[in-house]
Amino acid sequence: MPKDHGIGASSKRREDVRFLTGAGNYTDDINVHGQAYVHFLRSDAAHGTISNLDTSEAARMPGVVRIFTGADFEGVGGLPCGWQVTDRHGEVMKEPAHPVLAQGKVRHVGEIIAAVVADTLEQARDAAEAIVVDIDELPAVVDMKAALEEGATRVHDDLADNLCYDWGFVEENKGAVEEAIANAAHVTTLELVNNRLVANPMEPRVAVGDFERGTGNSTLYTTSQNPHVIRLLMGAFVLGIPEHKLRVVAPDVGGGFGTKIFHYAEEAFCTFAAKALNRAVKWTSTRSEAFMSDAHGRDHVTRIELALDADNNFVAVRTETLANMGAYLSTFAPSVPTWLHGTLMAGNYKTPNIYVNVKAVFTNTVPVDAYRGAGRPEATFQLERVIDKAARELGVDPVELRRQNFITEFPYATPVAVEYDTGDYHATMDKMLELLDRDGFAARRKESEAKGKLRGLGINCFIEACGIAPSNLVGQLGARAGLYESATVRVNATGGLVVMTGSHSHGQGHETSFPQVISEMIGIPEDQVEIVHGDTANTPMGMGTYGSRSLAVGGSAMVRAAEKIINKTKKIAAHLLEAAEADIELKDGTFSVAGTDKSVAWGDVCLAAYVPHNYPLEDIEPGLEETAFYDPSNFTYPAGAYACEVEVDPETGHVSIERFISADDFGNVVNPMIVEGQVHGGIAQGIGQALLENCVYDENGQLVSASYMDYAMPRADDLPHMASYTVDHSCQTPCTHNPLGVKGCGEAGAIGSPPTVINAILDALHSGGHKVDHIDMPATPARVWAAINGQ
Amino acid sequence: MQLTDSREIAAAPDIVWAAILDPEVLKRSVPGCQEMTGTPEEGFEATVVQKVGPVKATFKGRVTLSAMNEPESLTLTGEGKGGAAGFAKGGADVRLEPTETGTRLHYEVEAKVGGKLAQLGSRVIDGFAKKMADQFFANFQEAVEGPADPEDAETVETAEGGEKKKGWFKRMVT
Repeated sequence: MPKDHGIGASSKRREDVRFLTGAGNYTDDINVHGQAYVHFLRSDAAHGTISNLDTSEAARMPGVVRIFTGADFEGVGGLPCGWQVTDRHGEVMKEPAHPVLAQGKVRHVGEIIAAVVADTLEQARDAAEAIVVDIDELPAVVDMKAALEEGATRVHDDLADNLCYDWGFVEENKGAVEEAIANAAHVTTLELVNNRLVANPMEPRVAVGDFERGTGNSTLYTTSQNPHVIRLLMGAFVLGIPEHKLRVVAPDVGGGFGTKIFHYAEEAFCTFAAKALNRAVKWTSTRSEAFMSDAHGRDHVTRIELALDADNNFVAVRTETLANMGAYLSTFAPSVPTWLHGTLMAGNYKTPNIYVNVKAVFTNTVPVDAYRGAGRPEATFQLERVIDKAARELGVDPVELRRQNFITEFPYATPVAVEYDTGDYHATMDKMLELLDRDGFAARRKESEAKGKLRGLGINCFIEACGIAPSNLVGQLGARAGLYESATVRVNATGGLVVMTGSHSHGQGHETSFPQVISEMIGIPEDQVEIVHGDTANTPMGMGTYGSRSLAVGGSAMVRAAEKIINKTKKIAAHLLEAAEADIELKDGTFSVAGTDKSVAWGDVCLAAYVPHNYPLEDIEPGLEETAFYDPSNFTYPAGAYACEVEVDPETGHVSIERFISADDFGNVVNPMIVEGQVHGGIAQGIGQALLENCVYDENGQLVSASYMDYAMPRADDLPHMASYTVDHSCQTPCTHNPLGVKGCGEAGAIGSPPTVINAILDALHSGGHKVDHIDMPATPARVWAAINGQ
Repeated sequence: MQLTDSREIAAAPDIVWAAILDPEVLKRSVPGCQEMTGTPEEGFEATVVQKVGPVKATFKGRVTLSAMNEPESLTLTGEGKGGAAGFAKGGADVRLEPTETGTRLHYEVEAKVGGKLAQLGSRVIDGFAKKMADQFFANFQEAVEGPADPEDAETVETAEGGEKKKGWFKRMVT
């Protein structure tokens, strides 16, 4: 019988009631009395010098409050980068200035040249048209290989070249890897592209800056996954506002996918302008602006080699990647191709020798940063694609080739600096094969062939490092912040309870799943627990939500705080029951004395804490409020096995996903329904990357896929029907180092699924006699057709 | 975007040459042109209203003439700013070759767009540029020679209130 509450119950998402009935409170719903509106004049050139910027006519237009340009920001800090990578020569990465408003030069289409603040948005837009701006265009740096050539135009004049860093990992292993490859029985090589993506959350970014003249306090309402991080970065590095005079609120947020982690120019501008004008300033991104100002994702070009011995054991992996940084370093950009990517190159396999080289490159494009999975999808894609190619070259079963190389003993220290605490890769593979009915595939292929279609089966595994992260470890790796999480548990006098968490929910369902944990611990109904998040004024300093960390790190902080509460309530109960504290048991919301029928209800103990008439005041303080900060001792390592069956139409190259199966190991699961929803969404995004989505710049640095006419988002009919879409998380090896034994599920689908789809397409093509080694994503009909026809 | 084509015009090269240098001919030839002022030496100022895919905008810009080798060849370059719509810029290398019936006008056009035009219109931009170039030279031919179709001529001539048969420009200079 499935549980109806607490850990393991599929409690319905309470937040969905307000989201689905139009009662949410998103940033754009926030309007401050007397607010003005800002419209940003953005560069339509990819690279150039601003030779003339005349705002005089525009400033006289109706309703214009003030027009800001780069000159107004000369004394203001630039947008900081939160991670410093040290390269293989011991040099720190190149870190160019990242101005809020362009300082004499523009480096990507969409960079802000001027900000027009007016009484209405329409007036601001009209006035922006009257700004005279002349840009002397410079050659645009778009292609990463060309960007690294001798004499290439430099994106930043003050840097020697366009190479941000040349990272080697682990540099000391380089020689051993070269030797292993040279002596290997077989080496499979693959060159591939991990396509540039635009996150496209349903809610575009919004910022409302406010300033209170009476107190001198600034408030920013913004679409963020981590309001405390924004407060710290913007307050300390950009605007010089101490944190106690700055409040950042991220209310309901309609999807983040990583792109709302970062600190952006627009929110810094609104906060700055509100103070300068003594008037609230609001900005709501249009979809077009989102395409050219939200940080993009992925954009790697990679060459990977997999070396095997005569018995098909993996002996070495070597990869070289060019990673696009765009024109400036976004908040966590340097960490994505390095520490979130190189550390995962062991995958699920006991390959003894691994060397990863990543060259990060500046180009005249929008900055690139973390997007759902961040580095781990890029690692998984290349590894699982090259294994599939090796299996085909060697004529062995791709399942068996993987199985024989699985890591089976835990903890396992990889040659790429991480230690997997637990896992069972055979179990997820077994589960996936059972759900797949692999034996029935031949018959399904025949049915497809009878319709003139080619049917392919793709399988692969994945592992990810989640629950980021141990602060002492990431500090050594270059993080400029800690990555703990926090929670305050406040029990009210009548026994209800509020958890103020540093995590942020923007679709993950914390308001439902966090109370399930508290309900399990104390034994009170879930609806007695309220979750407060997203406001620096009423939550403890937290690092926010990304990297599948909320439950593993934020949830663990909540458990620690709740444990403190339980310890204190037990003391109070012992006093009320005149018993020894060691004999007090808490179960189903009732404290009892072991071996007796004496008990007191949770609510009565809470009341005693706030009305301490009969209370051990000499031993403990009144009140029930506790805070805990939790810093994990390791990452968590969710893993799984995925399968996909596609039908390819050889006449048109069209690919349809017929079945998709995921068998994940997320450790313990708090709310199965939410976990399944997260995996569904992740797989949908992974299928989007594999078949549809592609962000394209032309050779002049113009963004030519900047609307839904040209950037193909996955739609319902691009995905398998629900009945053919099986997500399973019954294989559970609990995380060994956090109190909940959870691993995180938010990114898994997007990490595991792209290679599954491509492997399936290639299997289909081979079944039709088309010897195609690789198709780059997105596998559009044109690309598949060209591959079939040898073009 | 690059485009190479040629067109036969029933007028001598020196007449065609003079027409290219005439702001009034250019105004009539550039599709959507509202205003065209200036001189061949100083360059021309132009205002053009055009719709590219979903983006409609008023472009203000300059057209300059260079590499002038009368009456054989010259280069036209132009850049128009369309405000929020972005920009369009391009050039045409034009060569005039005398033929038995008049002049063979060869052109090589190169065009570039930026901003919203590139973001929203890239899918249609090549077709649009070809259409613009075709229309430009068709209009130009008509201005020099007169309309091919007598009924069109009627309309044009009525609007201009002048005589028929010849193109209005040829009529003025011959």
